[in-house]
Amino acid sequence: MTGRITGIAGPTVTVDLKGLRLYEIVLVGRSGLTGEVVRLERERAVVQVYEDTRGLAVGEPVRGTTRMLTAQLGPGLLSGMFDGLQRPLEKLLERDGPFISGGSSASLLDSPREWRFTTDKRQGDRVLSGDIIGRVEEGAFHHLVTAPRDGEIAAMTAGSYSVCRVVGNYVDGTPISVCQEWPVRRPRPCLRKLSPTEPLVTGQRVVDFLYPLARGGTAIIPGGFGTGKTILEQSVAKFSDVDLVVYVGCGERGNEMAELLEEFAGLHDPWTSRRLMERTIVVANTSNMPVAAREASIYTAVTMAEYFRDMGYHVLLLADSISRWAEALREISSSLEEMPGEEGYPTYLASRMAGFMERAGVVENMNGTIGSLSMILSVSPPGGDFTEPVTQACLRTAGAFLMLDASLAHRRHFPAVNWFQSYSLYEQTMEQHFSRSVAAGWSEARQRCRTLLQREEALREVAEIVGLEGMQEKDRLILHSAERIRLEFLCQNAYSEDAFSAPAQIMAMIEAILADYDRLEACLAGGDTLEVALRKGGSEHASQ
Amino acid sequence: MRLSEHAYRTVSSIRGPLIFLDRVREVRFGEVVRIIPPEGKPLEGEVIKIDGDTVLVQVMGETRGLDTASTVIFSDAVKRAPLSVEVVGRVFSGSFAPLDNEPPYIPERWGAISGAPINPVARARPQDFIETGFSTIDALNTLVRGQKLPIFSCAGLPAKEMAAGILKNARLAGGGRFVVVFVALGLTHHEYSYYMEVLAGMQGGFAAFINRAGEPVIERLLAPRFGLAVAEYLAFCHGMDVLVLITDMTNYCDALREVSTAREELPGRRGYPGYLYSDLSSLYERAGRIRGLAGSVTMLPVVTMPEDDITHPIPDLTGYITEGQIVLSRELHQQGIFPPVDVLPSLSRLMQQGIGEGRTRSDHRQLANRLYRHYARGRDLRRLEAIVGRDGLSGQDRQMLDFADVFELELVHQGGTRRTVSESLDTGLALMQRFALEG
Repeated sequence: MTGRITGIAGPTVTVDLKGLRLYEIVLVGRSGLTGEVVRLERERAVVQVYEDTRGLAVGEPVRGTTRMLTAQLGPGLLSGMFDGLQRPLEKLLERDGPFISGGSSASLLDSPREWRFTTDKRQGDRVLSGDIIGRVEEGAFHHLVTAPRDGEIAAMTAGSYSVCRVVGNYVDGTPISVCQEWPVRRPRPCLRKLSPTEPLVTGQRVVDFLYPLARGGTAIIPGGFGTGKTILEQSVAKFSDVDLVVYVGCGERGNEMAELLEEFAGLHDPWTSRRLMERTIVVANTSNMPVAAREASIYTAVTMAEYFRDMGYHVLLLADSISRWAEALREISSSLEEMPGEEGYPTYLASRMAGFMERAGVVENMNGTIGSLSMILSVSPPGGDFTEPVTQACLRTAGAFLMLDASLAHRRHFPAVNWFQSYSLYEQTMEQHFSRSVAAGWSEARQRCRTLLQREEALREVAEIVGLEGMQEKDRLILHSAERIRLEFLCQNAYSEDAFSAPAQIMAMIEAILADYDRLEACLAGGDTLEVALRKGGSEHASQ
Repeated sequence: MRLSEHAYRTVSSIRGPLIFLDRVREVRFGEVVRIIPPEGKPLEGEVIKIDGDTVLVQVMGETRGLDTASTVIFSDAVKRAPLSVEVVGRVFSGSFAPLDNEPPYIPERWGAISGAPINPVARARPQDFIETGFSTIDALNTLVRGQKLPIFSCAGLPAKEMAAGILKNARLAGGGRFVVVFVALGLTHHEYSYYMEVLAGMQGGFAAFINRAGEPVIERLLAPRFGLAVAEYLAFCHGMDVLVLITDMTNYCDALREVSTAREELPGRRGYPGYLYSDLSSLYERAGRIRGLAGSVTMLPVVTMPEDDITHPIPDLTGYITEGQIVLSRELHQQGIFPPVDVLPSLSRLMQQGIGEGRTRSDHRQLANRLYRHYARGRDLRRLEAIVGRDGLSGQDRQMLDFADVFELELVHQGGTRRTVSESLDTGLALMQRFALEG
């Protein structure tokens, strides 16, 4: 079925093809650029093209494909690097050279690599959609193959297969392979959703101790430029206690992606000591790559994440940054001449965002396993102003808000998470969990730590007026201890050994500071000045 | 491919820089057209929208005097740049017309001016130190090959002297020189002649694309793309290290706003179009290195912050795309300090890889961190000093105040002298020793 291009305005192309369905993929022009139908009218359809439309001419052919935008799901995804449409970037590099040109297609299915497939299903077995029908060893990773739909198996053979080969079929003749396709904009089904109860340990002290995250939860990291969003996201990607990480570079810097790849290739997962890249999938749609593909990139990523969740794994999706996705949505909406909402964003920004974030969660899968998908999204508010629409839309659904503070960043306090404005809705549940699993004193230590920081804030104003010299000894002790908490505990250098702290280490560190506080307080009660008390303990430290 | 040029005389309306044509067939999006008025010089234009047989053309240049009887010739090609190493040593206008009275060269090939995005896996991580001769950059906010590092200036600050200083003094690790691509956007004649004098003294060679304040606004959108197409070609086809200086990006963004408004697009923050971020990144992201290839494109855009406001959309979006920023301060300038770089908000994101043993010096990282921290502390205390007075501060605090002053006078200030990175670090080390400061 072919038609012709009748109009072009930026990435939006009008075609005279009939019989298309909404969100169907069409191939546009002689070079076959990928596009998605976004509007249908009686005589024509409007197509959103995922690639640069420059040079496209009116009258060039357009072809429908009858399928939606899908992701290929199967062995070979791990350690992979894809663009927003899931084209393997290594493959594109091999084929087209260092620059990405329009119209090239490549997919996971092109890979000639063979996988050992084992199965315990045989002829006559009835399977339901999502049931485990076999497994593939992908490095050290157990890759489970799930049934694409309900049915009775006619044949199934173990052996070595490339991803596109048929390993068996249903009685009605439908083939089964180790790879399946899924439309990216539709959430993958599960039996039911559960409440998050387990912590997502990130190795970042300020997060795990003050604003703990949950497996299956969502968090946003808003911050102006230079506040360390990307470094924090990357640290979390390196050290989180999860089985698998999907990292989306959505409209960000190309050099940053190169840095991430190089660094991850040399690092090991602190929990399993396997190579970090073996548990990572990267989706990179940098800021100069086509805007429409940037919009699709987060859906491609979340679909891959859900696929692994369905095997009963704990998956973490990191997106840097969701603001660039929202901007892509705005650009597309404006080229479709839709009525704008706040600051030009379409009015459906909040509902699309909520729809995306709801794909996170702890679930009981169709095959009975329990898996989780957690999300940490960075937000880049213009001018560092958190009242803008994207931050506000995120806040409605996010379970944790880790606000990055420009003034902390300017003082080189990293991670620059503000400890007054940030919050986590999971703190109650996680506090109980850590009290049970790490130390009984966890929640008390947390409370004391927060009190010290709050009192420091109040005292700091006084100190500015009367000077440190004019203050009471016990107030100076609070300032002294709070400073230690800030500099030794909350600060964490991402480029050193200190970049990762396990919960037990976190507890030991904070307890040492609090114990020192108690000792000094006792000395002051005995009539010592702070200087004398400090000297007594011999616990002088580098407070600079 | 069409076999012949298509010419039409079906202009239905002209609105500012936009021409509407009817009954046009098989036109390309982004196609270059020539507009020939009954009288006067021909103009160039670009197809920006097609709806059936109605075509919207954006005219490059002055549209005064155009009328609906004009002939429009369609070229069947998108805007391309003639590429050749002979571009080095030449001066062009914003639309790639020679300004130096030399004849045009024969291109080795033609390249689309908008370029194509570099595949992220093809990128090589920028990590080779560049010595700029300024302590505030070399020691504290190190620039590396393939980085994009803007200078955030304010009206009246010596950004051009600083940019010129970098052009003159920048050396690669082995002492090698850069080829400079200079893109001037909306410069006054005064600034233009200053830069041309600097460029004339460049040893490594340069190519310049000049659009002055009185020249067509639309050329400001083209000139950086020509410049970058040339830079990419020299870097990745001829293995050269190219330094691209674009000044002033604020004029670029204003031109984009002007054109966007003429197209009746929906305005975003402060009237700039919603796609300003994507548009800026289509320029900035062309900096970089490619694995397995020798050359590099390093970019130094100059941004004048309107109202000295770093949260204004232009510096804000620039900062989100570039790998750091060098911020100039009015206060330091008034004290006669040159370059007046405010170290605290300045940042180089790629510094970590470019410094240390084997690149600069093994003590570089630690020294830079300490200098930064002490200076930041001194600056904090200045505010306190304003409230409680110098006498209200402890002896240690008074010392930090002095440190901040001396830091500005001796490390930041260097006038016209070029310092090697070792000299910069030694200056810093001497400061630390004088104040007996440890970690």
